[in-house]
Amino acid sequence: MSARRWTVTLLAALVALLTVAPLLWMLSVSFMAPGEAAQFPPPLLPADPSLDNYRTLFGSFGIGRFLANSILVSTLATILALLFTIPAGYAFAKLRFTGRDATFRLLVAALVVPGQIGMLPLFLELKAMGLVNSYAGALVPWLAGIFGIFLVRQYCLSIPDEMLEAARIDGASEGHILRRIVLPILTPIIVTLALFVFLGSWNDFMWPLIILADQQLYTLPVALAAMSREHVQDNELMMAGAVVTTLPVLILFLALQRFYLSGLLTGSVKG
Amino acid sequence: MSAARRVSEARAGWAMSSPALAAITLFFLLPAIASLFLSFTDFDIYALANLDNLRFVGFQNYARLVENPLFWKAMTNTLLFVVVGTPFIVALSLFAAMLVNSRWLKWRPVWRVALFAPYVTTLVATAVVWRYLLHTRYGLVNYLLSLVGIPPIDWLGSPNASLPAILIFVGWKTFGYNMIIFLAALQTVPRELDEAARIDGAGWSTRLRHVTLPAIAPTALLVSVLTVAGMFQLFAEPYVMTQGGPSQSTVTILYFMYEEGFKWWNLGSGAAVAFLLFLCILAVTLVQLRLAKRGGAI
Repeated sequence: MSARRWTVTLLAALVALLTVAPLLWMLSVSFMAPGEAAQFPPPLLPADPSLDNYRTLFGSFGIGRFLANSILVSTLATILALLFTIPAGYAFAKLRFTGRDATFRLLVAALVVPGQIGMLPLFLELKAMGLVNSYAGALVPWLAGIFGIFLVRQYCLSIPDEMLEAARIDGASEGHILRRIVLPILTPIIVTLALFVFLGSWNDFMWPLIILADQQLYTLPVALAAMSREHVQDNELMMAGAVVTTLPVLILFLALQRFYLSGLLTGSVKG
Repeated sequence: MSAARRVSEARAGWAMSSPALAAITLFFLLPAIASLFLSFTDFDIYALANLDNLRFVGFQNYARLVENPLFWKAMTNTLLFVVVGTPFIVALSLFAAMLVNSRWLKWRPVWRVALFAPYVTTLVATAVVWRYLLHTRYGLVNYLLSLVGIPPIDWLGSPNASLPAILIFVGWKTFGYNMIIFLAALQTVPRELDEAARIDGAGWSTRLRHVTLPAIAPTALLVSVLTVAGMFQLFAEPYVMTQGGPSQSTVTILYFMYEEGFKWWNLGSGAAVAFLLFLCILAVTLVQLRLAKRGGAI
């Protein structure tokens, strides 16, 4: 009995170690001296750990600028997505209005269409609006989050109608009900949705690559991809760049994983 | 009174949903539909400068694509990713889920988070990391292989190894997501059923085939549909790791679309590629659903 317990746990530990090894290696190499990782057999730990790569990144490469861009874009994307999707998700779940169900079915069907299909026309549309090469252009796709509406609606369905009716009889306006009664109940799903959008916009690559031409506006993934094409040989420096890019979201996930994983299940087991 | 309340409720419903609906129409549905129209024009860098240069060309973009060897290369590469990658990633995810679901396992939450972690990392950053892990001379992957006597593989430099190399990376990056979905399904498989089969002397593989797999078939379908869609949308992986090379062995449809549209500014032709990509995803999804219906999975 106990032997089996240890075999399975050991196997899981081994698989988990293999899975996180690339991330640990990234962290370790980022503290190595230039050229140190290019040896055989590859060293696992830095001989003389230093922060020099990070100093170079923030000094001569100005990665601080890209970090600030990423924080700005992801924060704004999150706020805007919440402002747009929460009222809509609530309305689709709880408010009776003509055309509601037909519209919602259309939205669910539209989930099949990948966003990349419309990227070229969207680029032209934003060019006409003068939003190419601006933060606003990078934010636009996050306003149109069907998935977020779906997530919020799913959660709102469990709110008892009697609770809303009682508030209406007391004379509360619909906006008041949303702010004072519904929003507090929605707190867990709001955290989940905010986390999804923040991580999604932080990690997004293709759209910012297309819409942001000016290097000053680059988000971290776009900047890192450009840097990695120019500095293929600078292994240790690139690892430090990868750490700066991915560590913030990794920490955010670890801190709020409960919300992330539960939301993931609500979202995937749809229909 | 009640009628007035109903009117105000309907009004509030529209007021709350219209900003999101407007954004979805303007920035998602309209561009997706416009893609089809754009694909029938010769929109290029001249039209970008002055719309007077725009002409309607019918199916010319599609006709040109069919004659373009790089387009077919991108199509076959993507289909390879779908055909080879989907079973690989689904199997990997199911294995991880069964391991984490095992009743003998201790400290389950720890392993679950560790296995899921790659999924939330930044794709570009980890693609950069894996480019070095897969380095022919100094990469850890070849070092581990050398321990079991396998000679170094030129992962990202050989046209035969580049696709498996990217698949290994994509598998590592995404299996955690599928694993969580599988885990939820596995937890609904009645323990008693599995236990009864075990007492009857059914081995591990028999129980997998006759107890576990039938119970999670709908989930396996969902996961494979999601994985296929993901395989059709590979872009950053080849962009960062191989730039489509070597000898165009990792040019995917989306990579091809990006280059047509934003490198050569052939937006009409790029839109045609986008529309064909959409048709492919739709077709494969419908086929999978049809097969599942016939097999009785849903």
